[in-house]
Amino acid sequence: MSEAQATETETETEAADTTPRRSAFGRLIRDPQAVITATILVVIVLLGLLAPLIAQHDPNESALSAVNVDPGTPGYLLGGDQSGRDIFARLLYSINTSVLSGLIGMSVAVAVGLTFGLIGGYFGGRTRFATEWLFNLIMTFPGLLLLIVLLPVTGGDFRATMLIFGVLLAPGVYRIVRNLTVGARNELYVDAARVSGLSSPRILRRQVMPTVRGPVIISAAFLTGSAIGVQAGLAFLGLGSTEVPSFGAMISDGFRNYYVDPLQFVWPAAFLGVLTSALVLFGNSLRDALEGARPKAQKIATPRVEAGSPASRGEAGEALVQIEGLSLSYPTPSGGVKDVLKGVSLEIRPGETLGLVGESGSGKSQTAFSVLGLLPPDAVVTSGSIRLEGRELLGLRERELIQVRGRAIAYVPQEPMSNLDPSFTIGAQLVEGIRATSGLPRAAAGKRAMELLDHVGIPDPKRVFSSYPHQISGGMAQRVLIAGAVASRPRLLIADEPTTALDVTIQAEILDLLRDLQAEMGMAILMVTHNFGVVADICDRIAVMQQGRIVETGEVEAVFREPQHPYTRMLLDSILDESHVRTDSPVLVAPGAEGPR
Amino acid sequence: MLQYILRRLATALVLALLVTFFVFWLLSSSFDGVAASILGPAATPESIEALQVQLGLDRSVVVQYFDWLGGVLTGDFGNSYFTSEPVAQAVGSRLGVTLSLVLVALAISVVISVALGVLAASRAGAVDRLSQAVSLTGHLFPNLLIAIVLVVVFAVNLGWFPATGYTPLTENPGRWALAITLPVIVLVINGIANMAAQVRGTMIGELQKDYVRTLRSRGVATRSIVYRHALRNAASPALVVMSLEFLSMFGGALIIENVFALPGFGSFAFNSALRGDVPVILGITLFSVLLVVSINLLTDLINGWLNPKARLF
Repeated sequence: MSEAQATETETETEAADTTPRRSAFGRLIRDPQAVITATILVVIVLLGLLAPLIAQHDPNESALSAVNVDPGTPGYLLGGDQSGRDIFARLLYSINTSVLSGLIGMSVAVAVGLTFGLIGGYFGGRTRFATEWLFNLIMTFPGLLLLIVLLPVTGGDFRATMLIFGVLLAPGVYRIVRNLTVGARNELYVDAARVSGLSSPRILRRQVMPTVRGPVIISAAFLTGSAIGVQAGLAFLGLGSTEVPSFGAMISDGFRNYYVDPLQFVWPAAFLGVLTSALVLFGNSLRDALEGARPKAQKIATPRVEAGSPASRGEAGEALVQIEGLSLSYPTPSGGVKDVLKGVSLEIRPGETLGLVGESGSGKSQTAFSVLGLLPPDAVVTSGSIRLEGRELLGLRERELIQVRGRAIAYVPQEPMSNLDPSFTIGAQLVEGIRATSGLPRAAAGKRAMELLDHVGIPDPKRVFSSYPHQISGGMAQRVLIAGAVASRPRLLIADEPTTALDVTIQAEILDLLRDLQAEMGMAILMVTHNFGVVADICDRIAVMQQGRIVETGEVEAVFREPQHPYTRMLLDSILDESHVRTDSPVLVAPGAEGPR
Repeated sequence: MLQYILRRLATALVLALLVTFFVFWLLSSSFDGVAASILGPAATPESIEALQVQLGLDRSVVVQYFDWLGGVLTGDFGNSYFTSEPVAQAVGSRLGVTLSLVLVALAISVVISVALGVLAASRAGAVDRLSQAVSLTGHLFPNLLIAIVLVVVFAVNLGWFPATGYTPLTENPGRWALAITLPVIVLVINGIANMAAQVRGTMIGELQKDYVRTLRSRGVATRSIVYRHALRNAASPALVVMSLEFLSMFGGALIIENVFALPGFGSFAFNSALRGDVPVILGITLFSVLLVVSINLLTDLINGWLNPKARLF
């Protein structure tokens, strides 16, 4: 996942979701799908357990008088099959076969997978090597085929068959548990537990099990379903004793007797379908309850603008970019709305460097991304206007805003590595951007990219051009990203904490590079940062943000000398307090900050 | 690179030996019944014993295994106890049916899954709901049920397709297509259920990555971001699912072949196992293991090539 992107966006959107988290069970019983499918499952299991009481005949008892009798014949609720057996009784007893198959297959898979997953995940080295090898071996067994091949061994008994099938299903559980255990083991709390002298079994039980439990329960539901499906398939093929009533065998009988009585095949098929689909749907509900919402698909688009935004006044003025009364909100999972920007007004003048400062969650990155139209797609602009040289940017579609991006406004991200596509060479990525904004032919764009790499101070442009991102250093990658941003001489460069992820020595170089490029190209820079050192170093003016509002703007020197707003004063004080204990650039931490918890 | 492949092939051989020996060892407990089942109900205990000696089933398991292995190494996989057909030939002749089924189904599933998964992840909304509905439907019911319902509706009631039987492609392409249509649909429904959800999930993950935002900030067209960049990065996990799906279709063909009475690998394996035809069972096991191992190796090699960080050459 992309940590860098997650940092600010998520903090800001999630901070307001104040509804208390319900327990997993609480969420489950509030989910109608879970309740309905669980009820169906319970009813089916009960029907099976109570079969001896409900059914009027033994499932294998055949009577000549009952051969193919119609449903509703006294004593034969659903009629008789071609051997004169009670279909209803056979259905009820088949439930037990299915349920037992599912339980055996699932339990074996969970027991084997969980045990070895915990062992392999917790103990590294040779132990994990051995478990990995073992489960790779099991994966290599040709699953269903092995069940067939071993027919002479199991004698076709469905319980023995499901035992083997459980082992074949185990690698799925093993992988899940092993990964989670490795993760949990690396967590600090396990380290702490080990240092404090707890035994391994105790750590596994008390610390690791809770993280593993949820995913294992979820996969257990699905494994039960697939074991039932496979058992039905094998019974359909005629595997196993004819004495054991099962949906598969009934479907097979009914299918052969289809022309005589089509209904005979419908009953077991319907029961099997209801049983497996209830299990799958219940498994889905379990997953939602235990793991929370899964990632949603999101259309690549500019944020939605709500009707009633004040129309831009249309006067160009001095400003390059004029933001007025910008309010932005996100829907919260609980159905409410979280306002992240509350009427932000800001002006960026041509050629200047404006520092936008504030703590995490203050809305500074949201403001910057609003200008580019690069907000998460569920963002809603509730009011305001953003004008670039007098042209309203809000409400433009992705297709229209693409014309502005790269050409007039460019962007330098915070985390250099994750902002390069790992599968393409540096050169290919630069060329694509250059061609998108300039329409240059490929060769000319390549030449331009090479010049740019040289220009941003990369010593060996040729090598870097044909390198993949993982082959260059972080500082180098940030230079590449700057080269990509300034490729078509934008009038505004939005830099989102461009030095935060870099080594201290490289930070200064990157700031120097930005300053040089600015002097040369005359572009304005919007520097989003929480670092007053950066502000002092490069910015002309400063705007301070707190909780979605701009609380103070002014010339850097004036604000540093005489901060007007108490929040600004507090931010500045916190640097002074820390400056003699910290050697690296000061980082803002304010009391009551809505930081990530 | 070559060394890597050789090492993988060596492990594959060890694996194949282990699995076949394991199966052989498990089967050995049932050898007593084999001779009896070949000779039928009229057999006398003396004739059964004589046949066991003749087949070499009276020797120790290890000796028998190495005897079989020696044959395999010289290209002799033995003959079927029941038809006397050479095993290699018997397996090969059934493979065509199953492979034509599985490969066609896999190709269709991959195309639909990628299209559906990519559109769902990048367009959201209605396409996304459709793709999730399709995935869910495929998961709800076992293969068997879907196969049976298709046979009943489209073959028995509507008569659009033959309910059972198979015509080789070389004999009559039209009849071949008709014969495999329903079985392929069953496999495709299952394949899409697994693969579309996976492609969708991976694509959603890719489209939320930082590099996508940076590409957007440079004015790169949405189409290029989705189909050139995100899809390229999603290809590697998708390939893994595809290889797993291929293997599971190959295994799942067993039930389908029986429903549609196709003379394929799966039904052949089933019938041989029912009869206790040891040489055929071993040949089938060996072939399946080698298939799994080579598919996995191929997947790893392609993945290594897809991922610049793991690229070996």
